[in-house]
Amino acid sequence: MKKCKSASELASLREKLAAARDPKKPTIVICAGTGCLAYGTQKLIDNFRAEIAKRKLEGTVDVRTSGCHGFCERGPLVVIQPKQIFYQHVKTEDAGEIIEKTILGDAVIDRLVYRDPATKEKILHEHDVPFYKKQMRLIFGMNGQIDPRSIDDYIAIGGYAGLAKALAMKPEHIVDEVTKAKLRGRGGGGFMTGWKWESTAKAEGSPKYVICNADEGDPGAYMDRSLLEGNPHSVIEGMVIGAFAIGSSDGYIYVRNEYPLAVTNVTAAIESARAYGLLGENILGSGFSFDIKINRGGGAFVCGESSALFASIEGRAGEPRQKYVHATDRGLYDKPTCLNNVETWANVPPIIVKGAEWYASIGTPGSTGTKIFSLVGKINNTGLVEVPMGITLREIVFGIGGGIPKGRKFKAIQTGGPSGGCIPEKHLDMPVDFDELSKVGSMMGSGGMIVMDDRTCMVDVAKYFLKFLEQESCGKCTPCREGIYQMRTILDRISEGAGEEKDIELLEWIGTGVIDGSLCALGGTAPFPVLSTIKYFRDEYLAHIRDKKCPAGVCKKLITFTVAADNCTGCTACARVCPTKAATGEKKKVHTIDQATCIKCGACFEACKFDAITIS
Amino acid sequence: MEASRSKRNGATEAKVSEIVARYGHDKSFVIPIMQDIQREFNYLPREALDALSASLGVPQSLVYHLATFYRAFSLTPKGKYRLSLCLGTACHVRGAPQIADHITRTLGIESGETTSDGEWSFETVNCLGACALGPILVVNEEYHGQITIAKTNKVLAALGKKVETDEEV
Repeated sequence: MKKCKSASELASLREKLAAARDPKKPTIVICAGTGCLAYGTQKLIDNFRAEIAKRKLEGTVDVRTSGCHGFCERGPLVVIQPKQIFYQHVKTEDAGEIIEKTILGDAVIDRLVYRDPATKEKILHEHDVPFYKKQMRLIFGMNGQIDPRSIDDYIAIGGYAGLAKALAMKPEHIVDEVTKAKLRGRGGGGFMTGWKWESTAKAEGSPKYVICNADEGDPGAYMDRSLLEGNPHSVIEGMVIGAFAIGSSDGYIYVRNEYPLAVTNVTAAIESARAYGLLGENILGSGFSFDIKINRGGGAFVCGESSALFASIEGRAGEPRQKYVHATDRGLYDKPTCLNNVETWANVPPIIVKGAEWYASIGTPGSTGTKIFSLVGKINNTGLVEVPMGITLREIVFGIGGGIPKGRKFKAIQTGGPSGGCIPEKHLDMPVDFDELSKVGSMMGSGGMIVMDDRTCMVDVAKYFLKFLEQESCGKCTPCREGIYQMRTILDRISEGAGEEKDIELLEWIGTGVIDGSLCALGGTAPFPVLSTIKYFRDEYLAHIRDKKCPAGVCKKLITFTVAADNCTGCTACARVCPTKAATGEKKKVHTIDQATCIKCGACFEACKFDAITIS
Repeated sequence: MEASRSKRNGATEAKVSEIVARYGHDKSFVIPIMQDIQREFNYLPREALDALSASLGVPQSLVYHLATFYRAFSLTPKGKYRLSLCLGTACHVRGAPQIADHITRTLGIESGETTSDGEWSFETVNCLGACALGPILVVNEEYHGQITIAKTNKVLAALGKKVETDEEV
């Protein structure tokens, strides 16, 4: 490929590429995000290619492997273009039938069509599925239109137009535009991106660094991975625009090593961007040079914190430092550094192309634009959803997420990663933005949303997060290192039925100390899950302490497994799976569980098909 | 025996210098270098870390600080079958802890350990980002989604572990 030496060369390349994309040509779009690949999608892709070859249709039918479409619950996902037929839960052996019936013929395969669980209505097109219909997919929507390994695909749908436009602007005007758009950092802090850029631009020192934080460590959040995997060029384009505005020549992408597909795709994207003259020396003939290196993380959650991330790139252990001097003045290698996360960078190109005014009109006055959330846990439609800021939690959980599985009752939604808070049902109608979430004791974080039902124990959840943070604390500050440990010990005691009422007060007291006494945000927010569950679910704590009961049936020391004689058919399933032979009984007769030998592993509960095992 | 050990050490050193050279002996790349060493040997062998310290010119204390600070590094060899169970929040609320207990009970090892015959190793990971499939068990890079105790038994049995499986489940 010849390098594009100017914006006009890029524009004519785009015209050529767009013209070559025949919108009428049958194309099988297969989601190849990590979620769908985990369902075994690679075999499906291979089979589609084989079936096409068998019928000698190579020139007439295209296969496009795209990034994540977001509806992970229904994977493997296939969309047949241009008819826009949406197939879900597609099996490897369905490939031939799809080609015969839907591409060569005009028939729709009923069993692969999405059915609305509420209305039982069949929905043929992707955009009509309620999960997608209620979203606003400004950033994430492109994933389905492109092959992440093809820069041509990205350019054809308008990619790098923002960069071309930006290079013709004055750097300070670009910063102004981002400030006017009121873009806030999507990584957790919600800091104004424009201000960060301005400070870095004005700071003295050279070189200046631009970094993309792709160390997405929050358990249950995977939107950054899916963006980097599915549309790496949008992130790179945002970074080049930012670098030009700031006056930076060196960039880094710090990405989790646990995300191999993201590493592969972004590496390939950087190479092709260089080959096209969109990265490296003299970008688009503008005289501006900027290049990006990739750094793989070492699996430490704390490295998502800016100063710990810098330490890790520099080859040291990721321990945060005091931040009375901002990273924008002295960050990586003590030079001015602008760090934004993946989603923030991906928001930059559309702001430049369509303007700050357009962008600021979306969302709420204080939180503009859209946000991608990863909606997981006890929810029917697990997946990634992109919505305008200000939408209500209820709309996300019930409108898009389809509610709670098995008709169970909604209990809480946890937002903001391991140090976010649990929000109860009474706040479901609140609008979701940076400020509203803080008001109820939680936070936006990077956008994880974990839905919990009445079978989730809030004491157990608080304990889970503390255990996570205890392991991930770097150990530098005593309040974080020792405080989290002590709080977790107290929660252990409560979940084992050995808690006292004064423990609740003690938890609140230590929690406040950890918040006040820790240097970085990890310790500064670590007690949130405990404090928010005490605030909203105090009764549940009291049930563990006073009544020695776990109402959700989770805490092992406080529950018993028994057989409900009315439901038991004597099928022997529980007896066969019981590892300690505590569940016994004769065929076709009511079984029993010996409490002395029962280890409460839950195998019988899982195996019973007749709801005959009760937890109390 | 001495001779074979020094031969092995020689091969390890050669491999380490090759990796270090790939990064132009730049000390700031010590973490990526260690990641490559781990990929090569499946863990961080002592001889390799000694060689790294010598060829890159960084103190052993730094190398061991990094090896123990970052979760991705292991100082003990992994088993032939490597089980990684996701304990992310979504998997946790969907019952992953019961699966972890079951694996520990069945294989007799805790998370982070390898069986003495070198066959099995087990670790829990924080989030694999495939939450729709939770709880997820990954065995040598192969994903097993919506795993249950019964399914775990089947996976283990297919790899030669003697467990009671229930064909009807």
